[in-house]
Amino acid sequence: MHVGVEYFIAVSSIVFGIGLFGVFTRRSPLILLLSVELMLNASNLALIAFSRYWGDHAGQVFALVVMGIAASEVVIGLGIVVAVARRKAELDVDRLASLKN
Amino acid sequence: MTYDIVFIAASGVAIVSALAVVMAGNPFHSALSLIMNLVSLATLYLLLQADFLAAAQVIVYAGAVMIMFLFVIAYLGGRADEPTRDIPLWQLGAAIIAGGAIVVEIVVAVSTQAFSGGATVSDQFGSPVVLGGEFFNRYLLAFEATSILLLVAAVGGVVLGSRRPSPRIDEPDAFPPLREQPAELELQAAVMDAETGFPVTHVTREREEGS
Repeated sequence: MHVGVEYFIAVSSIVFGIGLFGVFTRRSPLILLLSVELMLNASNLALIAFSRYWGDHAGQVFALVVMGIAASEVVIGLGIVVAVARRKAELDVDRLASLKN
Repeated sequence: MTYDIVFIAASGVAIVSALAVVMAGNPFHSALSLIMNLVSLATLYLLLQADFLAAAQVIVYAGAVMIMFLFVIAYLGGRADEPTRDIPLWQLGAAIIAGGAIVVEIVVAVSTQAFSGGATVSDQFGSPVVLGGEFFNRYLLAFEATSILLLVAAVGGVVLGSRRPSPRIDEPDAFPPLREQPAELELQAAVMDAETGFPVTHVTREREEGS
């Protein structure tokens, strides 16, 4: 068996699908953020696999940019979660229809 | 041969831990499973000769970002738990269809392509030296944009995390009234007035009336 780029892409798509499933089914905003992290990392794996396949560094550079975006997304997301938790008892994305007050 | 074994082990751990992230009832377990997932993905990066990215993944992601996650989960305590409500069956079905569709789509698209063995690259591929060179020459704009984004996120984090909410203009008692000036302060101001010729008394009185 020769492990080519297609195997990495398959793994990446499976992890992405699991993350998507998590975003659709879970209710806690924290788990939602974790699922989004899963999806971002799956896309990173695809980027790096194709970067290796073409022998071009662009994919790795883009993966690093995605890491930066993911880090800032976590900061803002967790900030919102903590701010909401301070004011309301329940952390449920289906009930959190408004960020006012 | 070793390559295949490492690939199978790492991808197996990645998929199982991804499932654990989504399925675990306790958010703490979810976060720990995500760390596992990130480390196994870093192993896959190493197989793809992305040495620097593998190191960055472990240090930045599994280290810094996930520690922040764990702190927030610990801070929220019981409120971080999943709300105990059954999800409707249609939602579960839709989620499985959406997640499965993207997997099937990509796997079919990839398996019908004839991929070659990939480009031959030097040992320097993916090393910090080469990647840093790319960042500071060809992709300088992306680098600067990312740094500005991180700065904005840091400022946003501070604003969101500050304990006192900023007062709202339309609330009459959003701003606390100024404290009454003690008599000796008034006297002091009057003396300063006389000595400096700068109207200290006037300014303080105006501020009191303005509130």
